[in-house]
Amino acid sequence: MDWVNAVLQGVLLGGLYALFAAGLSLIFGVMRLVNIAHGDFIVLAAFLGLVVTTTLGLHSLVALLIVVPFMALLGYLLQRCVLNQTLGKDILPPLLVTFGLSVIIQNGLLEVFTANPQKLSAGALETASIPLGAGLNAGVLPVLTFAAAVVIIALLQWIFYRTALGRAFRAVSDNQDIAQLMGLNKSHIFGLAMALSMAVIAIAGIFLAVRTSFDPSVGPARLIFGFEAVIIGGLGNLWGTLIGGIILGVSQNIGAQINPGWQLLAGHIAFLVVLAVRPRGLFPRVDG
Amino acid sequence: MSAATDHIIVQSSRTSRAASIVALLLLATLLAAPWWAGRADLRLFGEIYLYVALACLWNFLAGYAGLVSVGQQAFVGFGGYCLFALAIFLGVHPMAAVPLIFILGTLISIPVAVLIFRLRGAYFAIGTWVIAEVFRLSAAQISALGGGSGTSLPVDIVRAIASSRSGREHAAYWAALAVAILVIASVYLFLRSRQGLALQAIRDNETAAQAMGIDIWRTKFFVYIVTAGLTSAVGALIFLQKLRISPDAAFSVNDWTAFVIFIVVIGGIGTIEGPIIGTIVFFLLRETLADLGSVYLLILGFVAIVVMLRAPSGLWGFVKSRTGIELFPTTRRVEPRRN
Repeated sequence: MDWVNAVLQGVLLGGLYALFAAGLSLIFGVMRLVNIAHGDFIVLAAFLGLVVTTTLGLHSLVALLIVVPFMALLGYLLQRCVLNQTLGKDILPPLLVTFGLSVIIQNGLLEVFTANPQKLSAGALETASIPLGAGLNAGVLPVLTFAAAVVIIALLQWIFYRTALGRAFRAVSDNQDIAQLMGLNKSHIFGLAMALSMAVIAIAGIFLAVRTSFDPSVGPARLIFGFEAVIIGGLGNLWGTLIGGIILGVSQNIGAQINPGWQLLAGHIAFLVVLAVRPRGLFPRVDG
Repeated sequence: MSAATDHIIVQSSRTSRAASIVALLLLATLLAAPWWAGRADLRLFGEIYLYVALACLWNFLAGYAGLVSVGQQAFVGFGGYCLFALAIFLGVHPMAAVPLIFILGTLISIPVAVLIFRLRGAYFAIGTWVIAEVFRLSAAQISALGGGSGTSLPVDIVRAIASSRSGREHAAYWAALAVAILVIASVYLFLRSRQGLALQAIRDNETAAQAMGIDIWRTKFFVYIVTAGLTSAVGALIFLQKLRISPDAAFSVNDWTAFVIFIVVIGGIGTIEGPIIGTIVFFLLRETLADLGSVYLLILGFVAIVVMLRAPSGLWGFVKSRTGIELFPTTRRVEPRRN
C-alpha cells in the first residue's frame, strides 16, 4: 500500500513540477530563451506572497490576485528593458544575463528576508484530505495544485492555438523578421510572452510556498525540476510537460520510498535515462 | 605561385615577444614567492592561481568551444573527492594523486559528455547542472567519506606531503602555480595548433567549418573531456589546500561556477588574457568588498550583467579593440615575407 501511496503522491507532486516547467517551456517556444533565473523568480513570487499575506492579512490563495499581475508586469518590463537586448544568434548573452539575475535575486532575498525558512499558511486547507478508501488519502492542496496545473496548461494551449496573441507568438517563433514585416512588434510580443511566463511562475511560487517551507537558496533546484519535466516530456509539448512532471514526481517518491537519501537522485536518474533512451523526450512536437 | 610564397602566416608579434620576456621575469618572481611573501599572501596567491586555472578552463569551454556549462563544480568536487578517496583508501601520496585525478576526471567525463551532448545551447547548460547535482547527491551517499557532512584529511596523510607546516604550504603554493601555468600553456598551445584553428573556425561559423571537413562533435567532445580532466586536477589541489571536504563545499555552484563565470565575463570571454585579468579584478574587489557579504555577490552579478549588455567582450576585449594587442597571440595574420 505504501508503494501505491508513493505513486499517487508522486503524480500529484508532478502537477507542481508541471507548473514549474510550463513558464520555462513557454518562453523557450516563443523566443528560444532559457531563463536560468526561472527558479529564483518562483522563490521571489513565494516571498511576495508572504509579504502580501502578512501585511494585508489575505488568504494565501487570494494573494494570487495581487502576486500574479505584479509578476506579469515585472516580466514585461524585464523583457523590454533587459532581456530583449540579449536576444540574437549568440546564446551566451541571455544565459549569462539570466545567470546574473539569478545570483542577484538570491542574494537580494537573503539580504531582505535572511536565510530563515518561511512558509505560507493556508489555514484548514493545508491539512484537509480526501479519503480514497483502502487507507489512501489525497491531500486537498496537492489535488488543487494538480488541478491548477491542468487548467493552466489547457489555458496556455488555448491561448497558443486559438487566439490572436497565440498566433503572434507562433509567428515570431517561426520567423521573427517576417513577423515584423506583417506588422507585429516582436519586442512587445516577447514582453507579453515573458509576462505570461511570469504569471505562471507566480502561481507556481504560491503553491510551492503553501506546500513546503522555502528560503532564498531553493530557486535553482526548482529550475532543475522544471527543466527535467520539459526534457522528459519533449520540447515544445505542454501536455508532454505535464507527463514529464508526473514521471519526475513519481520517480522521486519511489526513490524516497526505497531510501530517503535517494529522493532527488532518483528523479535525476529518471531524467538521465530518458535523455539516454529518448533524447528528444517522450512526446516531442512532431513539427519540431 | 610566387604571390603565395611572398607572404607568410604569422601569429606572434613584437608586443607578444616582449610580453613573453616580461612573463618569464614575472614567473621567476612568483616562483620565488615563498622567500619574499608572508604566509597569508602565499595562501591568497595560491587561491588566485587556482581561480586563474578554473577561469581559463571555463573560458576554453564557453568562449572557444561554445559549450556554456554551469556545472563545472561537478569536476571540481569530483577531483576533491578523488583526492580524499585515493589518499585515505589506497594510500596514494596526495601530490602523486593529482595526475591520476586528471585521468579519472577525463574518463568520467566521457559518459557524461555522450549524454549531455544531446542537449543544445542553454539546455546543455542546465544539463551540466543536473550532472553536478547527481555528483553532489552521490558524494553525500559515501558514508566512508563522511556522507553529507564531509571529512578531513587524516593527519598522517597531511604529514606525508611535508613534515613541516611551511613545507606543506610551499608545496601547495608551487603545485597551484604549476597547475595554473600548465592550464594556460595547454589552452594556448592547443589554440595555436591545427585542432585549435578548427575550434576557432567552429566558433566563428559552424556551418562553414563543417563544410571545410571539420568534425564538430569530435572537436567539442575532445575539448570537453580534457577540460573536465584538468578541472578535476584543479579541484584536487583546491581541497588539498583546504584539507577538508563536504558535498556542499565541493559541489558549490557559487564558488566554482558563478564566480568563475563572472571572472571570465568581466575579464573578456574568448581571449586567453581575459580570465587572468578578470581573476585579478575579482580578487581586488573581493579583498575590498568581502565584508559586505551577500551584497558583494549582488554587486558582482550586477557588474556582470552590465558588462554583458554594454561591453560583451569584457575588459581585455576593450583593450584589444583599441590597441590590437595580443599577449598570447592565437589569431593568424598574413604578412609579406621579409628576407
